[in-house]
Amino acid sequence: MEKRVTFRSAWLPYVLVAPQLAITVVFFFWPASQAVWFSFQLQDAFGIASEFVGLENFKALFADPHYLQSFKTTAVFSLAVATSGIAISLLLATMADRVIRGALAYKTVLIWPYAVAPAVAGVLWAFLFAPSIGIITYVLKGMGVDWNWIIQGDQAMLLVIIASVWKQISYNFLFFLAGLQSIPKSLIEAAAIDGAGPSRRFWTIVIPLLSPTTFFLLVVNIVYAFFETFGVIDATTQGGPAGATQILVYKVYYDGVKAADIGGSSAQSVILMFIVIALTAVQFRFIERKVQY
Amino acid sequence: MAAVSIRNVFKSFGAVKVIQGISMDIKDGEFVVMVGPSGCGKSTLLRMIAGLETITGGEIAIGERVVNDLEPKDRNIAMVFQNYALYPHMSVYDNMAYGLRIRGRSKADIEARVQKAAAILELSKFLGRKPRELSGGQRQRVAMGRAIVREPLVFLFDEPLSNLDAKLRVQMRSELQSLHQRLGTTTLYVTHDQVEAMTLAHRMMVMNAGRAEQIGAPLEVYSKPATTFVAGFIGSPPMNLIPGRVADGGKALAADGDVRLRLPEPRPAFEGRNVLLGVRPEHLEISEPGATLLEPDIDFIELLGSDSLVYGHLGADKSGPRMAARLHTSVVAKEGRLPLRFSAEHMHLFDPESGKRLEA
Amino acid sequence: MVEKRPLLDLFAHAVLVLGAIVVAFPIYVTFVASTRTFEEIMQVPMPLLPGEHFLENYAQVLFAGTTTGSRAAVWNMLLNSTIMALIVPLGKISISILSSFAIVYFRFPLRNFFFWMIFVTLMLPVEVRIIPTFQVISNLGMLNTFAGLTLPLIASATATFLFRQYFMTIPDELAEAARMDGAGPMRFFWDVVLPLSKTTMAALFVIQFIYGWNQYLWPLLITSDESMYTTVIGIKRMIVGGDAANEWNLIMATAMLAMLPPALVVLLMQRWFVKGLVETEK
Repeated sequence: MEKRVTFRSAWLPYVLVAPQLAITVVFFFWPASQAVWFSFQLQDAFGIASEFVGLENFKALFADPHYLQSFKTTAVFSLAVATSGIAISLLLATMADRVIRGALAYKTVLIWPYAVAPAVAGVLWAFLFAPSIGIITYVLKGMGVDWNWIIQGDQAMLLVIIASVWKQISYNFLFFLAGLQSIPKSLIEAAAIDGAGPSRRFWTIVIPLLSPTTFFLLVVNIVYAFFETFGVIDATTQGGPAGATQILVYKVYYDGVKAADIGGSSAQSVILMFIVIALTAVQFRFIERKVQY
Repeated sequence: MAAVSIRNVFKSFGAVKVIQGISMDIKDGEFVVMVGPSGCGKSTLLRMIAGLETITGGEIAIGERVVNDLEPKDRNIAMVFQNYALYPHMSVYDNMAYGLRIRGRSKADIEARVQKAAAILELSKFLGRKPRELSGGQRQRVAMGRAIVREPLVFLFDEPLSNLDAKLRVQMRSELQSLHQRLGTTTLYVTHDQVEAMTLAHRMMVMNAGRAEQIGAPLEVYSKPATTFVAGFIGSPPMNLIPGRVADGGKALAADGDVRLRLPEPRPAFEGRNVLLGVRPEHLEISEPGATLLEPDIDFIELLGSDSLVYGHLGADKSGPRMAARLHTSVVAKEGRLPLRFSAEHMHLFDPESGKRLEA
Repeated sequence: MVEKRPLLDLFAHAVLVLGAIVVAFPIYVTFVASTRTFEEIMQVPMPLLPGEHFLENYAQVLFAGTTTGSRAAVWNMLLNSTIMALIVPLGKISISILSSFAIVYFRFPLRNFFFWMIFVTLMLPVEVRIIPTFQVISNLGMLNTFAGLTLPLIASATATFLFRQYFMTIPDELAEAARMDGAGPMRFFWDVVLPLSKTTMAALFVIQFIYGWNQYLWPLLITSDESMYTTVIGIKRMIVGGDAANEWNLIMATAMLAMLPPALVVLLMQRWFVKGLVETEK
């Protein structure tokens, strides 16, 4: 994709890109390459000297059951957040696309959780689910459910999933709505004339045509669950109880900042980098193909 | 106002040759139209004169100056684009004033020029409006106004009427003509529409695949086309080109399907030679018995009210070449044979391989 | 909607109402809690109607923080959040529009290389490079400063991409006409490109404001000085113990304050916000 018309100047373009490049090099490339460097190092107890140890840190990680557990935790967490987030938002968007009256009001209410910080979302839901005073806890106890997320790992996981999904609904909703509205009405009408009812039309026409959006949101939601949910977890469970909600990015933070294991934390960062790059690459490949069709 | 000189100009994009040796001397004040089908290079040539494309070989001079290395703004030219290229966020006044402001003209000077151009183009009422509030024709006039206020040496038009509907196009054509009469500025105009070319040009350049096939006044191009391409491009429906061999001592053309066409004037010099016989549909007339030169079998007729377009085949059982005739009467018969003649001055002969005109 | 299906319509409204309730309920409870006293909240179940201590609670947190948790005054945190939330979009927009313009409208050696360099930043959010970025900031002496808070966040390329996409839709003829009018590249940028980019800039502003305001991990790392806390991490620091030890009424009041400005921005600039979101990711 090129512009036909270009300006010629020997020095101007460099001046224009300089600020962004400078910031990018200092605050992105340099730290990123440092992370890679540290991942090959082992720091001594006082943090004074460091020793090049090659892939030792990585090997140690993959032998560490806590680390492998955190992989599993992250996988469960992100899949749960992504799939439920997408399913719920799709339902809401489909319904919102259908109604005309009050559409703007619904839309306004549904989109503003986007403005809430994940950490705040975590605090809100932690309050609702607080083991002794939470409103929802009260209802659950009335139904015979023994709710205490501070002790029960599964419940802690449920809490952070709910908080994370709640926040993400707006984002997914907006994209689905845009996707639904870009489906030409003539297609739906043709299907109706062919005899398809709303349910059949939804599953055989709408869903396939939405697949680029759905795929895109899947990747975005997984990346969201990997990273942006840090705030949710730190504000509520801090990875507990007993590592039940310790997702990969949280462990990077904990090991690097609280436990001062620079090498291990950096190695984890590097592994995370690979995962994100892979996800982004997959997404771009797919989007490119979509553009062709 | 200035003369424009195109001297043996070449243009390549990488390995692709787009303009292959074009030359023309355009006189001061002349209205020259570059016409040809899509992809022939006419817009590229115009853009090279404008300075928006570089020149691979040859020279272009405006006035006395060779402008090959000059930026567009230094060539003292103005351009009207096909899509108008109006600045959407500026008013009509600001659109027209923009170039003048950059050149540092005084406010009073700008005001005078813009008002004058607006008056000529009947835009005075719209000076405060934004482009999106104007119709297509009005936008086109603003684009022209932007060119006029600069009082350049040369106007360049790049298919300016292509985006207008048919009726508006006819109207704008006459406005362009009166504008040129009034201002007298040297104008280079690119179009793919041969009607625009014929009506507006003092001289035209018919282009094909990067070459100039013929340069001349419209009537000359019409009545003495230099190649089969030019012959087929100008005129609608296009000139009939009937392939055959000159026979009977130069008196007839022997064509496919045992067709024998009598020529209105013998051409003994071409006896035995393969040629393309050219005659325009509008030059065919219904003939008296005995004067008939050719008698096509009618396929179908289009009645236009003023004229009839008759399409048919020569030869027994329509086995010969196809042809068309434009007659100034309403032809009643829908089928059968139509006796036709044409005069010697309307006969053209072309060489089938080179496409070039054969002079008698 | 092609045919009349009243039952489906009813169902649609029901679902949407339910969705709206689920979305709004936590906020409502938060608001109620922020107007009650600590004791009222400790009752089980907590009352569900707003109480009478609105002014008291908000005044308390704004000026004095909590008593069991952090004592930092929330008004200062709000100020910090605002400054951060303004610097990030303004910084990002200004450097990105310039580099985007250079990449789209100029041809120069290394152009593609720079493009990919900037592109790569999209792939790695700040959470992945926290430790070394912390060290860089520390070495530059930027801990506990606004520069340190905002610069690493400005380094990503979302704005550059949005601008690039938009510039691609500007017709070529506009630049050619400007060239003929005698405008050099920067003149063209200032007179034509910038005014045309207003909607894109507004959309970006909304998204980046929210992004800056809601930052959590990064401010957590580099601010140790209470006077530099942002509102979002301030809340976390108020939570110190189990349920009974936290002053939930005050925490909830702070949460309301933390949610308010981004929510206002979203509501007031809804159109640009939606446009910005949907375009950013394509």
